[in-house]
Amino acid sequence: MSVEIKNISKSFGSFTALKDVNLRIETGELISLLGPSGSGKTTLLRIIAGMDIPDSNPGSQILFFDEDVVSMPVGKRHVGFVFQHYALFKHMTVFDNIAFGLRVRPRDKRPSKKEIQDRVRELLRLIQLEGFGDRFPTQLSGGQRQRVALARALAIEPRVLLLDEPFGALDAKVRQSLRQWLRRLHDELNTTTVLVTHDQEEALEVSDRVVVMNQAKIEQVGSPEQVFHNPTSEFVIDFLGNVNVFRGRVQDGKATWGAAREERGEESRGADASDSAKIYVRPHELAVDRNKLSDESIAARVQRINLAGAQAKVILSTAQYEEIRVDLPMERFQHLRLVPGDAVFVQPTNTRIFVPDYSI
Amino acid sequence: MDREQENREGLNMDSSKTKLYSQDPWWVRWLLIGVTISFLTFLLLLPLIVIFQEALAKGIAFYIRSLSDRNAWSAVKMTLLTAGVAVPLNLVFGVAAAWATTKYQFRGKSILITIIDLPFAISPIVAGLMLVLVFGSQGWWGEWLSDRGIQVIFGVPGVILATVFVTFPFVARELIPLMQEQGSDEEWAAISLGANGWQTFWKVTLPNIKWALLYGVLLCNARAMGEFGAVSIVSSNIRGRTNTLPLQIDALYSEYQSAAAFALASVLAGLGVLTLIGKTILERRMKST
Amino acid sequence: MFSNLKRQNRLPGFGLTIGYTLLYSSLILLIPLTALMLKSAATPWTELAATLTHPRVSSALRLTFGASFLAALINTLFGSIIAWSLVRYRFFGSRFFDAIVDLPFAMPTAVSGIALMAIYGPNGPVGSFLLPWGIQTSISFLGVLIALLFIGLPFVVRTMQPAIEELDAEMEQAAASLGASRWQTFTKVTFPSILPAMITGFTLAFARSLGEYGSVVYMSGNLPNKTEIISLVISNKIEESDIAGASAVAMVLLLATFASLMLVQGIQWIANKKTGRA
Repeated sequence: MSVEIKNISKSFGSFTALKDVNLRIETGELISLLGPSGSGKTTLLRIIAGMDIPDSNPGSQILFFDEDVVSMPVGKRHVGFVFQHYALFKHMTVFDNIAFGLRVRPRDKRPSKKEIQDRVRELLRLIQLEGFGDRFPTQLSGGQRQRVALARALAIEPRVLLLDEPFGALDAKVRQSLRQWLRRLHDELNTTTVLVTHDQEEALEVSDRVVVMNQAKIEQVGSPEQVFHNPTSEFVIDFLGNVNVFRGRVQDGKATWGAAREERGEESRGADASDSAKIYVRPHELAVDRNKLSDESIAARVQRINLAGAQAKVILSTAQYEEIRVDLPMERFQHLRLVPGDAVFVQPTNTRIFVPDYSI
Repeated sequence: MDREQENREGLNMDSSKTKLYSQDPWWVRWLLIGVTISFLTFLLLLPLIVIFQEALAKGIAFYIRSLSDRNAWSAVKMTLLTAGVAVPLNLVFGVAAAWATTKYQFRGKSILITIIDLPFAISPIVAGLMLVLVFGSQGWWGEWLSDRGIQVIFGVPGVILATVFVTFPFVARELIPLMQEQGSDEEWAAISLGANGWQTFWKVTLPNIKWALLYGVLLCNARAMGEFGAVSIVSSNIRGRTNTLPLQIDALYSEYQSAAAFALASVLAGLGVLTLIGKTILERRMKST
Repeated sequence: MFSNLKRQNRLPGFGLTIGYTLLYSSLILLIPLTALMLKSAATPWTELAATLTHPRVSSALRLTFGASFLAALINTLFGSIIAWSLVRYRFFGSRFFDAIVDLPFAMPTAVSGIALMAIYGPNGPVGSFLLPWGIQTSISFLGVLIALLFIGLPFVVRTMQPAIEELDAEMEQAAASLGASRWQTFTKVTFPSILPAMITGFTLAFARSLGEYGSVVYMSGNLPNKTEIISLVISNKIEESDIAGASAVAMVLLLATFASLMLVQGIQWIANKKTGRA
């Protein structure tokens, strides 16, 4: 693999940014570090780049192709780093920006003028900014600037490409197209790419693997499908998209949720039952019908309907839960002909149950 | 082209902003503008004009003679020497201090920044006194130095030291807030691309701070050439030896050679006006970037 | 907040720049400052008291503090008006007047001093005009005041300008739309937002005035017990080789200046906290 992180911790004063983090980054993959701000993802990226020093713990290592780089200065690591706010050299043209990494090499390793020119031209073509070489960064749009920043990082043929929220400062539409472009570029160049983002959609769309981080730790590592459909923690399911949370009970390894309890009444309040299990259901994993389908169905009332999208977004209210969000396929919605105020029954088709760990 | 357009748009925005603001009734506006113009005229403009008027009071010939006087010339040379040493010293210091306080986190950083600003809060006379306490004949190092034939107080080194002291913060003062605001991303980008520290400084940092640097140098120089209080304490008042221009002006003035004093004063006033012009230009430059 | 902490940097040059900064600061600044503190600390209390209560010293202290305070006050009023006009109105020569505000910074103090004398001195156009009415604009308290007005003005104007520029036009419009009169808008919305800058400007001007020398010595006329300012007293003591006395007075001046500047920092801190900018 290209990068291996072993037992890395990092604290700033009393604040712990990373706690005992382990991660293997395979050669050629595009891996995302996904998490809320303060989760440690940017710190991890900066540690890989060498801009932050990890706490010196025994056994902590950062390996680049099996070589320990913990004490190697940034410039020697050959990483391409792309900053959220581009960090383009404002006083240099686009061409000079991209050529910078080649020109600052010691004389004996510096490519000739002609080689530099060819390389920059090639990169300009790659980022689809041919003919922009003489412009200054201020004359470019945000998306163009970020492409130049990427080309500048690629010019030194980095061993690994590190992107720190590269699309965070751009508007939604540009972000969408740039992330697809980034994926194509990654495949074309066959580099190893680490992308830091707090945008779950972005991470799920472009990555080979997603590393979900929270509070200085890695919560889950897996393919986008894995982390989305088989989240291993409450945090992951909560962070990766909308979800309804129900309080429920677990008995004999089987969860019963609100409706069932209501039906069964007093008698089932067993002492062994865990009353505080949380049941997570994604909006598209709820079935809605005008008739009661099973014991698990609960009565609800349609509160609001939003049809601006591929699916009908319906918000239901029940006696127990303030709001339940349901995403219905359009056909199903049209079949049901719901209007606000309608009485319906709702039932999950798929649930994930997390029981609080009492051992704590 | 694009840049020009941007600038023009910026100007338009400015004027529309002014329009939004100027809703005060006409009599308020006129009253405030009237107060502004008369206050600035009487307090600042008249004294500036009078310098040139007084300088030429005895005619052009006398003016030229006053300027070409031997003592005047040695004062000019002394002033140039003083500024020529003090400004570069404080320039290098300002850059180093700004780099140290904006690119790293360390304990006591805010104390260091406060210390750098200290000379602004110290009366020039007190600054001169401090140097006397260290370098004077009864001072800490006075005897040791005079044994080695080095005369600081009442000598050229004293004048230079006093000037360095009072102009100490000027460059650092301009650079620290700017570099703080700019952050270190560009430097990190350069380093990650393989540049070494010096390359990063010369190729990335310096172009980003050059206008503020020049601004600081300009103010530092104006103060260095015009410092009076501190150098008056440490200079010998012997003509032609350690007199800078302000000291020479003072000497002439107290001998009732008013026209000659104002002739020299007009040189410094001219320098002051140039400083103001340069300052205005640089301020506009800094605003546009 | 943590993004700042996160920049635990390894940019090159830390040792070099911090080392040079500390060495240079110590040599130029800290050693002389320590010398003054030790010297004044070594003076016995009785001697210190005798020095400070000597009529010549105490009257100079009174004059300097009184005139500095008054000048800073007047400058705060007029400086605010000037800053307001320069930010909000465009009038003939407004750019020129804006640039000229910095003149006291750019002009050597000795030059300013004799120039002020040429205007407000007994032979100057203003001085000679007012003298028959018994108004003595130089070699008097008024003379000191004028010189301090000159030197302190840019501090107030340059502190006020950004605060006035920052004023939210929409905030005033909102106040107006809620039915506030122009005067109410000013006193309840505008004035409170620029008050911290006014206090800062006042204190900066005051602190500068306390130690001012060059522009004042000519206008004051230096009559002992009457128009002699504190800087001149120190200067005279040095000339008379009364270094201990000079140090004692200098220390009082220094502490007063520091105290007023610390007050500014405190006020700014409170103001920032109040407006949530901390």
